[in-house]
Amino acid sequence: MSSRLTDTGARDLLRLLETGEVSCVDVAAAHLDRIGAVDGAVEAFLSVDREQVLADAAEVDRKRQTGESLGRLAGLPVAIKDNICAAGAPATCASRMLEQFVSPYDAHVIGRLRAADAVLLGRTNLDEFAMGSSCESSAFQPTRNPWDAERSPGGSSGGSAAAVCAGMAPLALGSDTGGSIRQPASFCGVVGMKPTYGRVSRYGLVAFASSLDQIGPFARGVEDAALLLEIIAGHDPRDTTSVDQPVPSYLDTLDEPLKGLRIGVVPEHFGEGLDSDVETRVQDAIDVYRSLGAEIREVSLPHSKYCVAVYYIVAPSEASSNLARYDGVHYGFRAAEYDGLIDMYAATRGAGFGDEVKRRIMLGTYALSSGYYDAYYVKALKVRRLIRQDFDAAFQEVDVIAGPVTPAPAFRIGELIDDPLAMYLNDIYTISANLAGVPGISLPCGFTSSELPVGLQLMAAPFEEERLLRAARMYEREADVPIRRPPLGMLPGGSV
Amino acid sequence: MPDVAHTPVIGLEVHVQLLTRTKIFCGCVNRFNPDEPNTQTCPVCLGLPGALPVMNREAFRLSLITAAALECELARFTKWDRKQYYYPDLPKGYQISQYDLPFSEHGALEVTTESGESRRIRIRRVHLEEDAGKNLHDESGRGADSRVDLNRAGTPLLEIVTEPDVRSAAEAKSFLDELHLLLTYLCVSDCNMQEGSLRCDANVNLHLSTGAGDAIATPIVEVKNLNSFRGVEAAVEFEIARQLKEFHETGRKLGDPGVEKETRGWDAQRNVTFAQRGKEEASDYRYFPDPDLAPVTLTDEEIESIRAGLRELPAARRSRYRNDLGLSEYDADVIVRQGERFADYFEETSGICGDAKQAANWVTQDVLREINDRGVEIGDLPVSSQALGALIGRIVDGTITVKSGRELFGLMLDESERNDEHSPDTIDRLIEERGLRIVNDSGALESAIAAAIAASPRAVEDFQAGKQQAIGPLIGKVMRDVKGADAKAVRTLLIEKLKEA
Ligand SMILES: [Zn+2]
Repeated sequence: MSSRLTDTGARDLLRLLETGEVSCVDVAAAHLDRIGAVDGAVEAFLSVDREQVLADAAEVDRKRQTGESLGRLAGLPVAIKDNICAAGAPATCASRMLEQFVSPYDAHVIGRLRAADAVLLGRTNLDEFAMGSSCESSAFQPTRNPWDAERSPGGSSGGSAAAVCAGMAPLALGSDTGGSIRQPASFCGVVGMKPTYGRVSRYGLVAFASSLDQIGPFARGVEDAALLLEIIAGHDPRDTTSVDQPVPSYLDTLDEPLKGLRIGVVPEHFGEGLDSDVETRVQDAIDVYRSLGAEIREVSLPHSKYCVAVYYIVAPSEASSNLARYDGVHYGFRAAEYDGLIDMYAATRGAGFGDEVKRRIMLGTYALSSGYYDAYYVKALKVRRLIRQDFDAAFQEVDVIAGPVTPAPAFRIGELIDDPLAMYLNDIYTISANLAGVPGISLPCGFTSSELPVGLQLMAAPFEEERLLRAARMYEREADVPIRRPPLGMLPGGSV
Repeated sequence: MPDVAHTPVIGLEVHVQLLTRTKIFCGCVNRFNPDEPNTQTCPVCLGLPGALPVMNREAFRLSLITAAALECELARFTKWDRKQYYYPDLPKGYQISQYDLPFSEHGALEVTTESGESRRIRIRRVHLEEDAGKNLHDESGRGADSRVDLNRAGTPLLEIVTEPDVRSAAEAKSFLDELHLLLTYLCVSDCNMQEGSLRCDANVNLHLSTGAGDAIATPIVEVKNLNSFRGVEAAVEFEIARQLKEFHETGRKLGDPGVEKETRGWDAQRNVTFAQRGKEEASDYRYFPDPDLAPVTLTDEEIESIRAGLRELPAARRSRYRNDLGLSEYDADVIVRQGERFADYFEETSGICGDAKQAANWVTQDVLREINDRGVEIGDLPVSSQALGALIGRIVDGTITVKSGRELFGLMLDESERNDEHSPDTIDRLIEERGLRIVNDSGALESAIAAAIAASPRAVEDFQAGKQQAIGPLIGKVMRDVKGADAKAVRTLLIEKLKEA
């Protein structure tokens, strides 16, 4: 029973809960047990409050028994990336700086989950302050890819991706600043989606790069991802960048195929540096669309070659400012020894942040400095506008753009850690969606010859999540990718 | 060093806390409350991870009103920028402020200097930002840790920057007085300097002319955190003298190698400015647009409606009082300076009694003295403008004397509660009850005079012997006998009778 529950998707679990076949406590306990069994090897979670999870689940059971009205995720466990604030829970951002920090307030998305009677399952690992593509910059642990423990689950939302992949959670929340949901989804073979910038409130998401950050869902199928997005999307007056636009019911139309679907393919996404297995799987996926009657067109995103450069000006600049508050004065880590105020700042930040965070703070501080601001930041914003215009033009021609999520499948832990530039290039296909603010989804489209998952990325015009999800669902149904569970038994510590 | 003519060149930077109900970016109450530190805070103004700012519309509206009253151009597009520096009272490590596109620029404020000269001080810019918290240092000398109170963090703050148009310490004070008055009229700030809701920095240097036609200037000094208008005046005065002396001693001037803008503090106890520890290096605030706050655009209609909604400003009132009501410049200024409610009181009084000058005399003397003595606002004075207007009306139409008017005013003041029912009728009733009506009945007067003369032979003798002052007690007796008698008429009649006798 227990292992069946952890293999079951969110929508099916809801049906089991509604019919009373299982209780919320059963579901929670199954996932807690699964975490207990496999997370020693995967290390997806930074913290799990078992007692609280069971108590929350019991409360939902009680509500159901007494006939109280229940939210749409009643009793479903949801894992939370450890940079999304939930009252009473840690929000370490995988940083020494916030190791002891407990949030006194709920992020908007957490409020939505609580209102939907979801059960907050635990806090998942990430690259420190979401800066990274591998979970290796976590100050606490490197999460392992459930498909191959030697490999990275991707990042920065690697913990959430691995948790969903390994059956430790049916759903999870991540955040995506430059591919941080889609790349780990692709590496772990799950569905991960970055909504349109402004679709989901950022209130309570610990800011990395404010103009790029967006919270999104992880699930094992498109349907479940659509369900979670429906819960968390929508306007929040506490985030002035959240857009006041109605949220359609994604689930209502999800199974309706899009007639006359026009799919754009960007030649630059299939150029040098793309792994041949990845290319084959993605081309196969595009062929599936072709077989479904979709029209495949080449579209050009001429400025996408500047994406990584622009991103590594804009994101660190904003990060250098957003992370200034971690100064040891008001909360979080403070160095034990220092000589005066300036030294307290220096000692605290020197010891509290890891190398990757420091690297980006320095990059951003430099780019915003007087004398360099125009040459770097202002120029980057101009190119960013051109990138957005490229997308606007492309979406005049096509409904969705399809391509690879990453140039290669999951890399080995340690492989890129000393080569930041190669690490950064991992996000070459995903970053443009953040810069342009458009929604993007990564969905499994098969495996490489070495049995590593490959992801298909679809992007759509702003606020076209409904179309994006329907297009993704069309592929998922037609391709009928066999459900494969990672060989966790092979993991050291894995007992399944 | 030859004698040099010098012109002080002074620019002011004024920080004004706006009177909004809530803070600028969160829902916390905006109230001065140093006694309960960190009780008016939330994730946003504490700068907690993940918290986001939301612009307070009311703060922006008050800012627009103020800038419009300062004759500024209002920008069609404005945005907020992060000014980045580390300080314990700044929880986010940056202050949300405005850098290159402030919401308003190019205004002016007309001030009248003490010599009565009118001068236009140009406003360079007005921008809106958030106030920081307050560092609380251990003052016991025991070296305890400093603490930070963030109740003030996030208070909406207007920064008003003048061009260097101010030419003397007195003029700096006049500017601040006029600005204070304007802000009070607009009800945008309580301008309480003790509570820090109005703070001022002054940039001071001297332009020197040695007669050789060369233009040289002393290094610019910024005197920081002046917390009273007198303090600004005194600090500028001190700087002018200090800079002149320093120039004579060192010859250091603006533009010399190594000469940088200096920041000095003001010691209000010793009345001197003092060098503050120089900043380690020129600050680079790394301003950039705050990605959490959308820029604001204003339409021409919105700008027009802000301007159209402006109430009458102090300068306009003064000139109306002079030109339409015929008041002296002095009276107009005294009335306007007391604030809008006082000026309204004057206008109501004047309208009822029909004599603006009489009304001005009463409010600038009797009324002002009363409210100052009582330490109350005009609204708390027991005598309403209707009552005072009716009272003055009876003086103006000759029913009672000014002296009787004062007596009546005193009576009404003694009433414990403000009586808005005092109409001309009740004033008239009081006049009759007290017998204050001017007596024009010469028969009654004549018999009272005769009685007084008969009763005081000694006084009559003295007067006739040339002691002019001996008439006083006689006048007093007549006045006591005939309430409402006109003292001047009594004196004339008495002298006539005494000369006859
Ligand atoms: Zn607050």
